Amino acid sequence: MDIQLKRGLLDVCVLAAIRNEDSYGYKIIKDMKPYLELSESTLYTILKRLETANMLSVRTAEHDGRLRKYYHITGDGIKRIEDFKDDWKEIETIYRFVTKEEQEHA
Amino acid sequence: MLKQEFLNALRAGLSGLPQADIEERANFYGEMIDDRMEEGVPEEEAVAAVGPVDEIVSQIVAETPLTKIVKERVKPKRRLKAGEIVLLVLGSPIWLSLLIAAFAVVFSLYVVLWALLICLWAVFAAFTVCALVCVAAGISFTVQGNGLSGLAVLAAGLVLAGLAIFLFFACKAASKGVVKLTGKIARGIKKCFMKKEEA
Repeated sequence: MDIQLKRGLLDVCVLAAIRNEDSYGYKIIKDMKPYLELSESTLYTILKRLETANMLSVRTAEHDGRLRKYYHITGDGIKRIEDFKDDWKEIETIYRFVTKEEQEHA
Repeated sequence: MLKQEFLNALRAGLSGLPQADIEERANFYGEMIDDRMEEGVPEEEAVAAVGPVDEIVSQIVAETPLTKIVKERVKPKRRLKAGEIVLLVLGSPIWLSLLIAAFAVVFSLYVVLWALLICLWAVFAAFTVCALVCVAAGISFTVQGNGLSGLAVLAAGLVLAGLAIFLFFACKAASKGVVKLTGKIARGIKKCFMKKEEA
């Protein structure tokens, strides 16, 4: 898959993983596992990028006697997901056009 | 490998980066291992699930901008003593010129590479323009009744056009190669700075 496209998709996936409730690194990877495999290093890079873009905020909380980082989606993050859904409709229309001829020949 | 061994290896591998970055990474991976262990995964398996430490280090170094590594490298680890500052200033005609020379060598390497590429594309452009002009001139000669010259010029134009097509692919491949090579050089320089730090 095209690198830029994949990067954009992964950003939205991680945002979707924290949309309903705040989550932490390992849980994000676990929640995404049935859909796509994500390495720790890749997740770190995505979380940093989203934090810099103000799409999520980070807080540290104590858990079981140790510290854990929790990620919280911001308004910008929710907007990113909504924008993606709108973009997707456009992509679907383009996909139908691209595959139209193949379907007609089949 | 146990968690502490993994984190030590990670810190050692990243030792050329700013301390805050290293700690943030170490905390991130430490948390991942702890969370797995909390689910009942044995420590060694939890560490293995995070991935080989060498691969993680290479990926982090590749993602870190060269400027960040160089900045961290040249930053003094402690306040310099007055004597050291005097020495630095007095020695500047030597070390500064050496530093400038080193940068100039690397810079000239880049210039040579890109100049080579520009030359190739310029030849391609020249061939294309000549081909077009020759074909147009060939047709013009033929229309004016100078059939033999027209045919010769037209043939030359077609040969040039053919060469231009071959050259286009060569230029494309060379461009890709140069982009890859510059990436490799950047990675090489990064590694030099990281290695010096470890030693």
